[in-house]
Amino acid sequence: MITMNSQPSIPLQTRVPWSVVFFVSWGSLRRRIFRSLITMIGVVLGIAFLTYMLVNDRMVNSLVAMKDDAVNVLLQKAGVDIFRNGPDTMVLLLIGLSLLTCLAGIINAMLMSVTERIKEIGTLKCLGAEDSFIVKTYFVESSLQGVLGTACGALAGLLVSVAVNAAIYGGVVFSVFPWMAVLKAELIAFLIGSVMSVLASIIPAYWAACKQPVDAMRVEE
Amino acid sequence: MADIILQAQGLTKVYAMGAETVHALKGVSLDVLRGQYVSIMGPSGSGKSTFFNIVGGLDKPTAGEVVMDGQRFGDLNSSQMAWVRCHKVGYIFQSFNLIPSMTALENVAIARIFSGLTPSEARKHAAAVLDQVGLGHRLRHVPSELSGGQQQRVAIARAMVNKPEMILADEPTGNLDLHTGEDIIRLLVALQKERNITVITATHDMKMLAASDVVVWIRDGQIARVAQRDEITIEVGSIDGKTLA
Repeated sequence: MITMNSQPSIPLQTRVPWSVVFFVSWGSLRRRIFRSLITMIGVVLGIAFLTYMLVNDRMVNSLVAMKDDAVNVLLQKAGVDIFRNGPDTMVLLLIGLSLLTCLAGIINAMLMSVTERIKEIGTLKCLGAEDSFIVKTYFVESSLQGVLGTACGALAGLLVSVAVNAAIYGGVVFSVFPWMAVLKAELIAFLIGSVMSVLASIIPAYWAACKQPVDAMRVEE
Repeated sequence: MADIILQAQGLTKVYAMGAETVHALKGVSLDVLRGQYVSIMGPSGSGKSTFFNIVGGLDKPTAGEVVMDGQRFGDLNSSQMAWVRCHKVGYIFQSFNLIPSMTALENVAIARIFSGLTPSEARKHAAAVLDQVGLGHRLRHVPSELSGGQQQRVAIARAMVNKPEMILADEPTGNLDLHTGEDIIRLLVALQKERNITVITATHDMKMLAASDVVVWIRDGQIARVAQRDEITIEVGSIDGKTLA
C-alpha cells in the first residue's frame, strides 16, 4: 500500500545570528588574506589619491589667504594662480578626475572580490543559507575592508600631502594649517570610500543571492 | 507499507536561449519511495540534470509541481526552501563544489551552522561525520590539498551532517577514476542502507546501476523507461540487450 505522509508545514529557516555572520566573514577575510589585502589596497590607493588632491587644495588655499610676499613667490613658482577669485577650475577638474579614478578603483576591487565567488554563493544556498545571510556576510566583509582601507588611504593621502607642501613651502604650512577644512576633506573621503566599498560588494552579492541556487552556480567567473 | 517521499508531477522546463526556446523537460512525473536508491540515466542534454535540479529544489519548473513529504515546493517561500535544503536534502555535485578557502572541517561545519548550531558545536559534529567517511586525519586540509576522492568524501560528509532524508547526487563519480568512483558508490549505498536515506543520483556511470533499486531513463525531456532492480539484466558491454554508447 502506498501512502502519502501529511507533514506539518515547513518552518522558516533559522536566522544565523550577527555574531556568527561576523565570525564567518572574519574567517573568510583571514583565510584569503592575500586576496583580501589586494582588494583593500585597491581601496587604499583610490582614497589616498582623492584625499591627497583634496587636502592639497585646502592647504594651498590657506597659504594664498596669507597674502605673504615670500609665500606668494613660492606659490607662483609652484604654478598656483594667486590672483584668482573663487576656486581654480583646473584644480576642481583634477579633483573630479581623482574622484572618478577612486570610484573606479574601489568598484573594480570590491566587485571582483564578489563576482569571483558567485559559485560559492550558489553552493551556500544549496546548504541552506538564506539570502539575507549571504548579503550580511558580504556586508560585514566589505565594511571591514572598506572602512580599514579607507582609513589607511585617508591617512596616507593626508601625510603625503602635508609632506609635499612642507617640502615646497617650508614650516609656514604648519602655522596656517587649515584644520577644519582638512577635517572636512578627510570626512568626505572617508564617507565616499566606506559607502562605495559596501555598495560595490553587497549589490552583486544580493543579485547572486536572489538567483535560484543552480543559476548562481552556473554563473561564469 | 511503502511511503512516498518525493513526487514529481508533470514537470516541464522551458529555457529561452536567445531567440530560441529549449524544452528541457516535457512533462515528467515520478514517485520516489522512502529509502530507495534511484538512478536517473540519460545522455547529456536529455534533461536529466534539469529534472534533478528541480526535484532537489535548486531550480523552479516552468510548470508542474514537486511534492516532498506532502509539501509542495511551489507553496514555500525562499526562507522555507532554505530550511528544506538545509534539513531535508543533502547535495553532492560532480565537481564537489567545496569552498576553496575553507578547510574540510569548515566546509562541513558551515552546513551545520545553517541548521542553527554555534560554530564550535558545528565543528564538533562536522569532525565526527568526517571521521565516519574516513577523513578524520584530514580535517585541517583545504580542498586543493585533497585528492578528488577525498574531496567527494568531504562533500558527502557535508551532505550528511544535517541528517537529511534525501541525498541528491549529480554525477558523483563523474570526475573520479574507476576505483575511487566505486568507493564513493559503496559509501552512498552504505549510508542509504544504514540510515534509510533516499538517494537520487543523476548519472551515466554504469557502475551505479548495480546499486540502484530503481533506474529511470530520461531521453529528450521525457521518461523513456522506469525499471526496478530485478528487471535489469546487466551483461558485459550491454544492458537489456542495448549496446552501451
